Amino acid sequence: MNFAPQPFSEAGTLLVCALVFMVPLAIAGLALLNTGLGRSRSAAQSMLGSLCILAVAAISYFAFGFAFEGYAGLPQHTVLIAGKPWGWLATGPFFMHGLPLDGSPASLAAMLQIFSVALAALIPWGSGADRLRLRAGCLSTVLFAGLVYPLFSHWAWGGGWLAQLGANYGLGRGFADAAGAGTLQVLGGLTALTIVWIAGPRYGKFQRGQQPAVFPGHHIVFVLLGSMLMLAGWIGLNGAGSLLFAGIAPTGIVLVAVNTVLCASGSVLTAFFVTHYRFGKPDASLSANGWVAGLAASSAICASVTPAAALLIGMMLGGAIPFLAETLELRCGIDDPTGGISMHAGGGLWGLFALGFMGRFGVPVLGQLLAQLAGIATLLGFVLPLAYATNWLLNKLVAFHSGGEGERAGMDMYELGAGAYPEFVIYADEFLPR
Amino acid sequence: MKFTGFLLLLMGWILVLTAIVLLPRQGSRAAFMLAGIAVELLGLVLVARTYLLESEVSQ
Repeated sequence: MNFAPQPFSEAGTLLVCALVFMVPLAIAGLALLNTGLGRSRSAAQSMLGSLCILAVAAISYFAFGFAFEGYAGLPQHTVLIAGKPWGWLATGPFFMHGLPLDGSPASLAAMLQIFSVALAALIPWGSGADRLRLRAGCLSTVLFAGLVYPLFSHWAWGGGWLAQLGANYGLGRGFADAAGAGTLQVLGGLTALTIVWIAGPRYGKFQRGQQPAVFPGHHIVFVLLGSMLMLAGWIGLNGAGSLLFAGIAPTGIVLVAVNTVLCASGSVLTAFFVTHYRFGKPDASLSANGWVAGLAASSAICASVTPAAALLIGMMLGGAIPFLAETLELRCGIDDPTGGISMHAGGGLWGLFALGFMGRFGVPVLGQLLAQLAGIATLLGFVLPLAYATNWLLNKLVAFHSGGEGERAGMDMYELGAGAYPEFVIYADEFLPR
Repeated sequence: MKFTGFLLLLMGWILVLTAIVLLPRQGSRAAFMLAGIAVELLGLVLVARTYLLESEVSQ
């Protein structure tokens, strides 16, 4: 969406800061969810990896991510196509040099994204759980936070060509993504898909002529607690994103928070009932997937739909998520322990699409829908091949999959030399009758 | 096969961009954009099928 950012008042700046400081709760929640859905013998590696990925993402984004992404109103490289300017890359200096960190909209956007890019980078880490090496995850994050993410987010948020589709071609208000359904969730989900494709499944997951083996998550309490923490983080993310990238007034935060909760609530309850109906009992991990998918979709719609529409969008999504997760596993042979691809990419794509026909922008629906489709087409047609190419090359340098030894011993012992739950180990001689 | 799938993904995206730039009427623009997305989905299915076949061979 194209808009001219205005400086915030002191109260507005404080509000944005408070909202941004809630975002780490979403990171912690996603880290817990990823860990809980993995095996117990990979739990320490998963949590340490989440911490390292947070750090690598923040440094990469600081070093060159923001330089490539920029912000609306800052200088950018443009090419003229049929007489219209297409902004494709920001021209800022590396290391945020020259960016005054003084509460200006650009500095607040940089602060928000130092956190939010880490949130997106944790999605592939979760999908590669139980076999992805730590150093591969960190190096992949450098490429993600420093190249793939800034490129697309410049197009959508930094005044690039997707944001300008409305002004240049009359497509509604241009591609709208208030808080990162596309730039964070779909980008993270599609990168997760490439990681899973490249690393391959866990050993024993798919056997010829048999149903896929079930590797249940080791700590469902982590999963559900993480889901609850993510709500608080997501309200911060959606609120700050809507203020900084959609240009809403601070009073609009109320609508953003209500829509976020309603979308996630509709999604989790529908997923709960769908799994209850299909399996006889509700499935906790698929219900948590429904919750997170609703949050991902809410990032697109939070500032621009009515609460009733947000609830409806969430309910429709929640009904589809269990089937999508099942299809990816059974039909496509995708081993995604956390369901990150279906909940983040699926939820984000649905949110972006639904915004096209349910968003209240005061412009013809068809134009806005086409702008949304252009963004979706870019994510699938450009970002996915780019993410695959970068990770494929990286896999040639550092093997993603730990190999059989890593999976047998567990990633904790293989990479860290110590497990997360040492007292879980049962020594047979202690239980022998004396 | 996999390369062809990714090529189709890219070609579909270029079709969408071309429709935005060259077609002034919303109706024809929408039709060509949908066609571009259909090409992308074809590419995605092809990549997914290739991955599945490779996995089956390696089992």
